[in-house]
Amino acid sequence: MRMRKRAESKILEGDLTPMIDMTFQLIAFFMVLINFSQTETDQQIQLPDSVLAKPPDQPFQYPITIQLTRDGKVRYGGQELANLNRLRPYLVNERTILTGRDRPVSDATVIIRADRRAKAGVVQRLIQVCQQEQFEKFALRAKEDMGP
Amino acid sequence: MKIRRIGTTDEKIELQMTPMIDIVFQLLIFFIMTFKIVSMEGDFNIRMPLKSQVASTPQATPLFVHIQLRADAQGQLLSPGGIIVNGELRFDRMEDLHNYVIGIVGVDEPGGSGEAEAELECDPNLNYEYVIEAITAVSGYVDHSTGQVQRLIERVNFTPPPDVTGP
Repeated sequence: MRMRKRAESKILEGDLTPMIDMTFQLIAFFMVLINFSQTETDQQIQLPDSVLAKPPDQPFQYPITIQLTRDGKVRYGGQELANLNRLRPYLVNERTILTGRDRPVSDATVIIRADRRAKAGVVQRLIQVCQQEQFEKFALRAKEDMGP
Repeated sequence: MKIRRIGTTDEKIELQMTPMIDIVFQLLIFFIMTFKIVSMEGDFNIRMPLKSQVASTPQATPLFVHIQLRADAQGQLLSPGGIIVNGELRFDRMEDLHNYVIGIVGVDEPGGSGEAEAELECDPNLNYEYVIEAITAVSGYVDHSTGQVQRLIERVNFTPPPDVTGP
């Protein structure tokens, strides 16, 4: 019987180029979207919502961010402070830096990132402490409410 | 001169794709896992120097609204009548306060009423979210037809807190 010769076996190579293209595009997408400016945000603080809370058109000239947790603890520069009065030396320091640069203290904006469950009295006390250290511009931070 | 031919057989140089694809996939997985949709944040800007530094009293402004927010023991807005405007009007909901402010300020001025001023007197026990809700109610609203923010009262202040020892 005559045997038919089998065809020579070939390795089938898939074209990897489109897959690699897509993968690189995905990586580029995620790298662009990763937001390194969120380092100042504290994930434990749940901001209140507001439909009017739009991101500012231009960044503050001299921002000082103070965080206030639900249980009334103040965080500044990554440190948790025992009470509001412990904030004063830091504010004095910020003021000294500003005056050293020949800038008025009113140039600084105190950004208050307070938890939605924080007490209004504590927020007001925080504002009062800042006022006593001659700061007068405040920004109450809220999360943009996109609606239903 | 006789030139010697080099590489007579056409050999295809194949790149090793496997390590590259490994790394690429690892990067991809890293970015997917760390990706988090962060909602946008915005600010309510208030200018509040110490009372002693202010030359005029707030009541000197032509349109002055005093809003008192009262809280229950849990820090929720007291119901009924948790919102007291100018010491006489009582509202239960922020929408009512918002409609009242629209009524007195008007919506004709596109930039809001720069002369109007609102002062918030908040119960120290009130949850901060209600303070922001009240500021939102008096500050403006989003016009859904244009998507633009319509300003109502831009100057919002707080009454000084009662002199108690803080945390």
